[in-house]
Amino acid sequence: MSIEEQILDILSENSKITPVHIAEMTGAHLDAVESIINALEQNKTIVKYSTLINWEKTERAHVCALIEVKVTPQREQGFDAIAERIYRFPEVKSVFLMSGDYDLAVTVEGKTMKEVAFFVAEKLSVLDSVLSTSTHFLLKKYKVDGVILEEDHKDIRQVITL
Amino acid sequence: MNMQQKIADRVKSVPPSGIRKFFDIVSEMKDAISLGVGEPDFVTPWRIREASIYSIEKGKTYYTSNWGTIELRQAIARYLKERYNIGYSFKDEIVVTVGASEAIDLALRAILNPGDEVLVPEPSYVSYMPCVTFAGGNAVKVICEAKDEFRLKPENLTDKINSKTKALILPYPNNPTGAVMRKDDLLLIAECIRDTDIIVISDEIYSELTYGGIPHVSFASIPGMKERTIVLNGFSKAFAMTGWRIGYAAGDPDLIGAMVKIHQYTMLCASVMGQIAALEALNGGFTNDFEDVRNMTKQYDMRRRVIVKGFNDMGLDCFEPMGAFYAFPCIKSTGLTSEEFCERLLLSEKVAVVPGTAFGESGEGYIRCSYAYSIESINEALKRIKTFLAKHRNIGDGSIDGTDLLITV
Repeated sequence: MSIEEQILDILSENSKITPVHIAEMTGAHLDAVESIINALEQNKTIVKYSTLINWEKTERAHVCALIEVKVTPQREQGFDAIAERIYRFPEVKSVFLMSGDYDLAVTVEGKTMKEVAFFVAEKLSVLDSVLSTSTHFLLKKYKVDGVILEEDHKDIRQVITL
Repeated sequence: MNMQQKIADRVKSVPPSGIRKFFDIVSEMKDAISLGVGEPDFVTPWRIREASIYSIEKGKTYYTSNWGTIELRQAIARYLKERYNIGYSFKDEIVVTVGASEAIDLALRAILNPGDEVLVPEPSYVSYMPCVTFAGGNAVKVICEAKDEFRLKPENLTDKINSKTKALILPYPNNPTGAVMRKDDLLLIAECIRDTDIIVISDEIYSELTYGGIPHVSFASIPGMKERTIVLNGFSKAFAMTGWRIGYAAGDPDLIGAMVKIHQYTMLCASVMGQIAALEALNGGFTNDFEDVRNMTKQYDMRRRVIVKGFNDMGLDCFEPMGAFYAFPCIKSTGLTSEEFCERLLLSEKVAVVPGTAFGESGEGYIRCSYAYSIESINEALKRIKTFLAKHRNIGDGSIDGTDLLITV
């Protein structure tokens, strides 16, 4: 595995790990690690450093919906143009082109169900190429991006074994 | 009645485990960090657990063949052929045991007559010498030195071989040192014993955990050595399956048959749930090229670099271990014995490590530190050990803070 891949693996797991520690973990030189991270940031391989938060543990009102969107692809642009029309909205957290019964899987976040519903009704379903939408509200998040949110990581091993 | 008198001499002759008190103190201590654990921190991969749960739901709760299930033995045969290029018949050359630990006991009991000698490299895992004693044999230690990166060297071996020598235990990759034996090292050992009729018990339980891109070489794959070698391995370390207790032995049908004879009367068979889980571990591995094992090894490798560099940076010489998940730094520069070092470190900074002497007298001057822990725990432990060394050096007389030693190991 290349050193770039190793660094990306480490950062994707924990973006707070410093280049000094990455250098120790990979056995690479600190200078090399720093310049590789820099290059990966420059070429947008590393897009952003964010934090996975379980908002249910906070006071903040938070609603998330998965919306199945059927659209008409456009000549020469296929699905890209309509996808862009949709993903430009800040309310939209992710957009995926899908195989199967519908075309775009769109996740939308808002403070209340009403806010999300209005967004779908007033912004999304009125777009020219959108044929239909089907909105599913998320009730509880168990696992996000490979991380089980309420997993107990307590070390239950015997304290010393030979 | 004095029950002490009722205990068999050979059992009495084996000293109790040296770390019991140590263990009790760590267990009671709040905020202690232990680097003392000899098992993976990973939970058994879910697909393996799920396969076993499903089998229980389906009512697979019966004894299996004494040898282990046919499916598991077939999978083990395929695994040994594909990974280590050693061919065994699942019919009469492989037995599934209750962990590799049982296989050590079976192998020794199957071959030893009273007074037979078994060569045991030291430092090494704690159970070999007692098992030799329980089987009626005499263990003869063969010292492995730091200057040789704790490999077994033929010059240390040769003069221990005599007419009573029945077997050699070959425990590599090694617990506690992390040493590995490369093919060239094994060839030298093979030359050393080729003209003898010594049986080799090759404990390869850490075979999947090697680093630096050089895979493990089984002693049985060395030309001419397969016939005399009993290969011991298991699922505990590679697949994070310690609690399932599934291991195996592979070797000559006469020897394996003798081991099965003991196994069938004392153990009957390894647990069926464990065997089904082990089968899934191998079948899953065959389909995804042992992805789980590779991922865990990758994690160990990063931790290994961190801990080795950490020790060397703070002035505790640590050779680079290329297998298992232990670092074995030298603490002679502190002027403390291994046990003093471990006691004072625990009482002063609440870090538990294992004195090298737990693995034989030749472990004096070393400590075993497992890196089967998160990077965060390892870094915290390193920080505390560094603090401990600084305090120790400031006082300079070998006592940390006047704390009375509470532990006699």
